[in-house]
Amino acid sequence: MARALINAPAKAKRGDIIEIKTLISHNMETGFRPDNTGKAVPRDIITDFICKYNGQEIFRAELFPAIAANPFLTFYTVATESGTLSFEWTGDNGFTATESVDITVE
Amino acid sequence: MTRDDDMPQATRRRFLIEAATLAGAVGIALPLAVKPASATPESMRAAIRKVVGEAPLNKGRVKIDVPPLIENGNAVPLTISCESPMTAGDYVKAIHVFSEKNPQPNIVGVQLGPRSGRAAVSTRIRLADSQKVIAIAQMSDGSFWSNEAEVIVTLAACLEGV
Repeated sequence: MARALINAPAKAKRGDIIEIKTLISHNMETGFRPDNTGKAVPRDIITDFICKYNGQEIFRAELFPAIAANPFLTFYTVATESGTLSFEWTGDNGFTATESVDITVE
Repeated sequence: MTRDDDMPQATRRRFLIEAATLAGAVGIALPLAVKPASATPESMRAAIRKVVGEAPLNKGRVKIDVPPLIENGNAVPLTISCESPMTAGDYVKAIHVFSEKNPQPNIVGVQLGPRSGRAAVSTRIRLADSQKVIAIAQMSDGSFWSNEAEVIVTLAACLEGV
């Protein structure tokens, strides 16, 4: 399981715009880089990222080899209700990772 | 005087030897090297067409925040933001980022909605060469807005060997 870091506020006021930062360890092999025999190393990247707020999708990103290793994404959402923010990464060679954080909205 | 006459000969001899060595090295290295694929501006235009379709592409409303001079193309901080009230009736639906000279034209594509609150996204990208980065935002009314940024890269990403 890849290590993922999430930075989101644990508490927020209703209606506030909150910033969510995510980072996951993955080397994002581009598929264009030659190894020492001169052949290109096969592509191995994370292709999709989805963030859900209480089960409802609020953010989705499609990633390409041009994303740096250890994909880092920052985005925003409106704090509407207390609940869970869940994060899901999927990629080449059956890669999946999930992470979730709780948020209290008052 | 004789010394002066010798000098050019010596350098010419050295030049010939070096040129021969270099030619030999290139001859050996070429068949082994992976031909770096590169997204020419045409393939970037094709990738943009795929997203935009036949709709007109307007200039403006999108802001690209990227350093103009990059030392290492392997991790370039990039922030794209877009002017929008982000209400249920008027919001940014998607943001796509394209590169001119990377092996592949697409960099990233994100889907937003009225629940995003703010149409802004940050990430770290790879750039293979000094080039133009283009960001396109799709609004909820179906219009497309774009902007571009010029970036100079000192050490390129992805194409060098291990």
